[in-house]
Amino acid sequence: MKEEKTITCIGCPMGCQVTAVLEDGKVTEVTGNTCAIGDRYARKEVICPMRVVTSTVRVKGGNLPVVSVKTNGDIPKKQIAECMRQIRDIELTAPIVAGDVIVKHIVGTDTNVIATKDIQAV
Amino acid sequence: MEERQIVIIGGGPAGLSAAVAAKNAGADDILIIERDERLGGILNQCIHNGFGLHTFKEELTGPEYAKRYINQVIDFGIDYLLNTMVVDIDDKRQVTYMNREEGLVTIKADAVILAMGCRERPRGALNIPGYRPAGIYTAGTAQRLVNMEGYMPGRKVVILGSGDIGLIMARRMTLEGAEVKVVAEIMPFSGGLKRNIVQCLDDFDIPLKLNHTVVDIRGRERVEGVTIAEVDENRKPIPGTEEDYDCDTLLLSVGLIPENELSEKIGVPLDPVTHGPIVNETFETKVSGVFACGNVLHVHDLVDFVSEEAAKAGENAVAFVKANYYEPNRQQIDILAGEGVGYTVPQTIAQNIDEPLKVRFRVRGIYQGKAVSVYFDNERIQHKKKRIIAPGQMEEVLIKPEELNAHASIKQIKVVIEDA
Ligand SMILES: Cc1cc2nc3c(=O)[nH]c(=O)nc-3n(C[C@H](O)[C@H](O)[C@H](O)COP(=O)(O)OP(=O)(O)OC[C@H]3O[C@@H](n4cnc5c(N)ncnc54)[C@H](O)[C@@H]3O)c2cc1C
Ligand code: SF4
Repeated sequence: MKEEKTITCIGCPMGCQVTAVLEDGKVTEVTGNTCAIGDRYARKEVICPMRVVTSTVRVKGGNLPVVSVKTNGDIPKKQIAECMRQIRDIELTAPIVAGDVIVKHIVGTDTNVIATKDIQAV
Repeated sequence: MEERQIVIIGGGPAGLSAAVAAKNAGADDILIIERDERLGGILNQCIHNGFGLHTFKEELTGPEYAKRYINQVIDFGIDYLLNTMVVDIDDKRQVTYMNREEGLVTIKADAVILAMGCRERPRGALNIPGYRPAGIYTAGTAQRLVNMEGYMPGRKVVILGSGDIGLIMARRMTLEGAEVKVVAEIMPFSGGLKRNIVQCLDDFDIPLKLNHTVVDIRGRERVEGVTIAEVDENRKPIPGTEEDYDCDTLLLSVGLIPENELSEKIGVPLDPVTHGPIVNETFETKVSGVFACGNVLHVHDLVDFVSEEAAKAGENAVAFVKANYYEPNRQQIDILAGEGVGYTVPQTIAQNIDEPLKVRFRVRGIYQGKAVSVYFDNERIQHKKKRIIAPGQMEEVLIKPEELNAHASIKQIKVVIEDA
């Protein structure tokens, strides 16, 4: 099966519209890019776009009511919503130190959700 | 009156980096004054990642980036005051601050570093008719509410302005369950990074309407909806293009301006374009011994550049304190923003330089296939072709010491965009 996907390259402000031709799930051709960065970006982005997710988690008894968190690596873009669902109902108790693991293996990946800020107990 | 060697106003990334660099350069009496209850400045609310690629070669979130510097400040034992607001400075570097424990205190500094950051253009600066219902926030205020107070300002959102903060908030509010209906941008291009347009809007199918603005806001108590219309080349709404959106929240992301009430009190002349102080190559303002760095000097989109610039300001403040003053050893050179260039920082050169000088600038529009040139008086010294230059991205040219030495008597340096 042959299909085409067009994406915007994020490599520089040119924002080239780069089109990748996919044959049986493999990229066979990239066009529209002005430089090699666009080629590389498109090959990865059209097969499995990955993103770091950053958000907040509620905290009891801290100097702030929420602590900022991130996935400590990329997760598949299509799992962002699921990731948010999994952290939405968590409530932590202060103190928290940046780097603390909040959720291990989020959405079945080998990525953890970790705190990015210290919260002092008050 | 208490005397301090170096007083830094603002404990954001600029103030922190200036303090660490000053310490490394041999200053032992440094005081940071911060009005907030914590160090770190705006970074505390910028919980997204993308900070520090240049400085630490890894992508950090705002709080993580700040922590690297806060840890150094603490390890070095650098003094800082929190919940303390600087209310006045005079041209003799007497700094007056206020806090709950001490009340009003005036101290004398050998050198002052201004690092107060910037604030968002408020709604008043916009020309939107209608009532003033609840539900209108600047994007930065919304960012603080969501990311630090854990409070969602609304559920159905329209965003005016496509600066990075607006884009980041479009994603953030979507992740928290809000529906972001549209981002309207009055200009024909977005000032935001491509990466943010793709990862904050495209990823969530949020439409970006260029050449559009908000022309009406509905609702008396609370925003009930807004009307968006297309604009012509003079940015005037085109009748008949209006579209109504139901929403309970309007976020404004229409630009930042350096926080310079204090600078004005000292009498530091400001650049009409940057709205920050005019500085020389050491980041010294026109008032002797008063330096400026970070967003109070000119609005940065990359915190790495803030830290780098602030470190220089910190080192130069120490050099100033040690020498007590600078003896100008050359005729002043003005650095001018020529054709296509909005502004340059620094704006003047007061001393001979012994290392390459970075002159940062922003262009006025998007230029493709043009060249950045540097003229010493009327002679072209540098000419470099660029695939693309856009106002959203800060550019730089390097002035080399040998270039300056070879042109001892020039009066001005001009940065221009011209045909390649
Ligand atoms: C919302 C937003 C999102 C951003 N996103 C990114 C990004 O994704 N990546 C990136 O690299 N960069 C980003 N930036 C840019 C970068 O974070 C800023 O350029 C940087 O934080 C500026 O540092 P600063 O120290 O100059 O200012 P600030 O961080 O604003 O710090 C100034 C400090 O001075 C204090 N202050 C002000 N006036 C007084 C006074 N009178 N007395 C005492 N204290 C005072 C303030 O409380 C504040 O803490 C973003 C900026 C903003 C505003
Ligand atoms: S392909 Fe190259 S020129 Fe085009 S946007 Fe990507 S990095 Fe920029």
